[in-house]
Amino acid sequence: MASPMKIRATTTAGVTEVKALMSHPMETGRRKDADGQLVPAHYITEVTAQHNGKLVLSALWGPAVSQNPFLQFRFKGGAAGDKVVVAWKDTKGETRTDEVVLS
Amino acid sequence: MKLQRRKFLRLGAAALGGFATAAFWPLRAMASAFDAAFKAPDMNGVFKELGTTPTPSDQIQFASPDIAENGAVVPVSITSKLPKTEQIMVLVEKNPNPMAAVFMIPEGTEGFVSTRVKVGQTSNIYAVVKADGKFYSAVRETKVTLGGCGG
Repeated sequence: MASPMKIRATTTAGVTEVKALMSHPMETGRRKDADGQLVPAHYITEVTAQHNGKLVLSALWGPAVSQNPFLQFRFKGGAAGDKVVVAWKDTKGETRTDEVVLS
Repeated sequence: MKLQRRKFLRLGAAALGGFATAAFWPLRAMASAFDAAFKAPDMNGVFKELGTTPTPSDQIQFASPDIAENGAVVPVSITSKLPKTEQIMVLVEKNPNPMAAVFMIPEGTEGFVSTRVKVGQTSNIYAVVKADGKFYSAVRETKVTLGGCGG
């Protein structure tokens, strides 16, 4: 299982800003290791973010997103105590879901 | 004993995984629609898959470094002031597959995303925004002094 995401969310003037840092190798499938063997592709393909169960952002990614991907976005309507859930899925079918409670 | 416990945990995790997959991935249909765009080898290919060539727009604020020392981590942030922004895409022209990411912006979410992408060599980076059914773009060049896809 991949290690947890770091998610931070701050609300100012009704707009919640979410910053998420995921832990993932994001292998493109084009890189070669020390022995000249191609490292198989392994990258996040889908990301979703939900605020109290409502989708606030979804994304499709290719291998060109950097290792340990960073994502920042803003949505309206977040209040203290609300939950923001961020989830990803990669090419190997692994998933990781983490959440943060708005303060 | 330990083995059995392992096995049990694994089964449980698999079951949970299956459940989460069904609940969390409404993107399935959308993903396949973008599959071809992600596989396109050049910009024209991507635009062909999108069905149109975007119009340049000054309503898109696109921030990226002029010079990136490390092409593996190039921060980009895109702010769209276009009304009804539905999607924001990041395309790196000289990458083997230009399409890097597409973000779906539902109502209530601002037309803004920030992320980091790999840029293999000095290249134009395009921010493409779909708003009210039409595509718009902004472009910036980033010079890369160290490639992001080398090995």
